[in-house]
Amino acid sequence: MEVEQVVCLPRLSRVAVCGGTHGNELSGVYLVRELQKEVMEKEEEEEEEEEEHPSVSMVLSNPRAVQQCRRYVDTDLNRCFTRADLNGPASGPLPYEMIRSRELNAKLGPKGRSGAVDLVCDLHNTTANMGLCLIAQMPDIPMRFIHFELSNKESYSLDSVGKHGFAMEIGPQPHGVVRSNVYTAMKAGVQHMLDWVCFFNSGTLFEGESVDVFTMIKHIDYPRDIGTRNITAAVHPHLQDRDFCLLRPEDPLFQTFSGETLRYEGNEPLYPFFINEGAYYEKGIALSLARKRRVMIPAIRVQTEQERQAHVRESASEEEDGL
Amino acid sequence: MCGHLSYGLCVSPPPSAPGGDDLPYEVQRAQEINRIFGPKGSPEAYDVVFDLHNTTSNMGCTLILESSTDHFNLQMMNYIKKAIAPASCLVLLNEHPLLKYSTSRSVAKHPVGLEVGPQPQGVLRSNIFEAMRVLLKHALDFIELFNEGMEFPPCTVEVFRVLERVDYPRDANGNIIAMVHPNLQDCDWEPLNPGDPMFQTFDGKTIRYQGSGTVYPTFINEAAYYEKQQAFVTTGREALVASAIGKV
Repeated sequence: MEVEQVVCLPRLSRVAVCGGTHGNELSGVYLVRELQKEVMEKEEEEEEEEEEHPSVSMVLSNPRAVQQCRRYVDTDLNRCFTRADLNGPASGPLPYEMIRSRELNAKLGPKGRSGAVDLVCDLHNTTANMGLCLIAQMPDIPMRFIHFELSNKESYSLDSVGKHGFAMEIGPQPHGVVRSNVYTAMKAGVQHMLDWVCFFNSGTLFEGESVDVFTMIKHIDYPRDIGTRNITAAVHPHLQDRDFCLLRPEDPLFQTFSGETLRYEGNEPLYPFFINEGAYYEKGIALSLARKRRVMIPAIRVQTEQERQAHVRESASEEEDGL
Repeated sequence: MCGHLSYGLCVSPPPSAPGGDDLPYEVQRAQEINRIFGPKGSPEAYDVVFDLHNTTSNMGCTLILESSTDHFNLQMMNYIKKAIAPASCLVLLNEHPLLKYSTSRSVAKHPVGLEVGPQPQGVLRSNIFEAMRVLLKHALDFIELFNEGMEFPPCTVEVFRVLERVDYPRDANGNIIAMVHPNLQDCDWEPLNPGDPMFQTFDGKTIRYQGSGTVYPTFINEAAYYEKQQAFVTTGREALVASAIGKV
């Protein structure tokens, strides 16, 4: 008889929910403010926190950009969390967001160390028609789950600071706008996540199952004028808003301003996402392409106290053996 | 496009700041635009200026009129509406003494605003681009027909007249405490009746419209207007009569 392999992981005692990493992605900004208010009201009522509840920090990641309703002040905060950026030299004037990423790393990390928070959930909006996506940036970790294959050293986003982390990305929503349906979906998503953490901490066994995961393969830029670098075509109307609908070779990709259709010239059918994200024009990305695969998630539950102590003893002896 | 109508693309260099280096960039630019296309109110001013805008609001194709007695513009807008039918193109009239603002196009004798949405800021959607191209094509066709001597008989044009600006509910510090209600979001130009849901607080409560009669809201949830204290504007429907026009 086959015994299902259950992965046992430590309790999640510290969770961070971050909004306003991009200052004009407003669902997360307003949600973090609202949740901060609710936390304060709970504390006033002196409600007793039960053990399975993690301590939850609500963080406004980029306050200056939020105040100006801009994506960033000097540079994209969500690209400032590589090891090199976090540990680089402190001399000379740093862009505001580089200073901020180090502050956040001190508060929620340090990245890669045992003092880091257990889970970071970073809230984002997109102008692309992606619905609700969970995006994770670690090797082999599955997360409409989108996965960027990056090592812990190379991962550049805020959510990579925690021991576990992901971004919750919801669209379509214009930047600088809060849409009630998108805000409500994000609020429900965060609540489900926190509920899950409580269930996990209290010993629930989550059965293994398989899920579809989209792994980013490449980006495609807009066609541009050679001299000026101005774009010469828009996303084709047949592709616009069709995130996660399979794009096949020869399918329409762009439409020039004179009405000509430019087609997808790749050999492999792939899944497009982040189609026409406003913030990505300056990054040279009209859309991203992913491969879809079925990934088996093992069953998991929280470590018992015995298992945790055994794990601690094991790690200690591994260190002694110089492993 | 419109055959032999000739027009030039005017790209002017940045101003050399005769108005003073300490003026905001856009004020310097306004003075430059007034020099090139105005001066506003003078006989040398351009006949027509088309001002192309996008909005995050679900306004579709909208033409913006600044004066209810501009018969030339009314005739043009009537022509454009008929030309794109059955597709919709509505006319927004902003003649409100307090809410009217001095647009760049107002340096011309006949200012025309083209407002097409919904489109996020910083994004180019091919369908929105195409809609704007079609509107402008018909507008230029009208001018060509007028210049060739065509006479346009009197007509009636339905317009939506701006009544008032409605701000988001805010707390004592000026922070927004509610969002456009899901029932109102994207419902530009649809009737809003007293008692209808208008805003939804961040913890889920509904705030209702308390006006005395039915209004037609537009510019609902335009990103640029959060800082101008505007969640939407209310409008009333009106039929304006345009006199016959023809070239003299």
